[in-house]
Amino acid sequence: MSVGLEHYLVLSAVLFCIGLYGVLAKRNAVVILMCIEIMLNAVNIALVAFSRYVVPMFLTGQIFAIFVIVVAAAEAAVGIAIIIAIYRSRQSVDVDKFDLMKW
Amino acid sequence: MFDIVFWILALVTVGAALAVVVLRDVFRAALSLVLLFLTIAVIYITLYADFLAVVQVLIYVGAVSILIIVAIMLTRDVWHGNPSGKLRIPALVVSLLLLGTMVFTMINTKWETSGEPPMQPTTAAIGLSLFGGGGFILPVEITAVLLLAAVLGAILLIREK
Repeated sequence: MSVGLEHYLVLSAVLFCIGLYGVLAKRNAVVILMCIEIMLNAVNIALVAFSRYVVPMFLTGQIFAIFVIVVAAAEAAVGIAIIIAIYRSRQSVDVDKFDLMKW
Repeated sequence: MFDIVFWILALVTVGAALAVVVLRDVFRAALSLVLLFLTIAVIYITLYADFLAVVQVLIYVGAVSILIIVAIMLTRDVWHGNPSGKLRIPALVVSLLLLGTMVFTMINTKWETSGEPPMQPTTAAIGLSLFGGGGFILPVEITAVLLLAAVLGAILLIREK
């Protein structure tokens, strides 16, 4: 069986679930941010694969992927700024100790 | 030939992603994240998305990974290792359940694939549909505002009091 749309989709699903596990299980805030990037990249693979195999004459999936990349870059910048701001006040990047918004 | 390339890429990608989650040293996890970004760029090339591959290398390998490594170095003195929290087992169960559901659905769905050859090169066509009439010009403008807000927010959050 030659490589087709399903192979790319399954690869994307595997990457997404690895990222999801990292986001849920890890305690270091920077590692959680890295796992979010893995999830966004997995979604991009699915978008580009759909664009290649379902509508190869349009590039809509690739353009969506470009917007996802832009939003991911903005998210990484703001997320790391938040982590460093909390690190300054608490001297920690452990999400178990981030209870600033708990009431 | 193409199949072999895909399987090698898939193995390296999944291995690098697992290494990000499993490795004890946060810095090594970041380096394997860089490897993951690079292999995803090559996966884009196998999907005939040449412009996206270049964008992936520029933004992810060039910018985002540098940001993450700087953040690791700034917070490194308090952190040794990459431990899991209390939610490790539930997280594993949830991820495996989601993975099973998604793979089952993807394999059993009859996708209507088109046999047409892919468009290449894609750069001119992407530029036309991003900036041309009737395309995505409004989202592009909104993206500019989003980037401005993100830059201002990052500066504001990180400013010394």
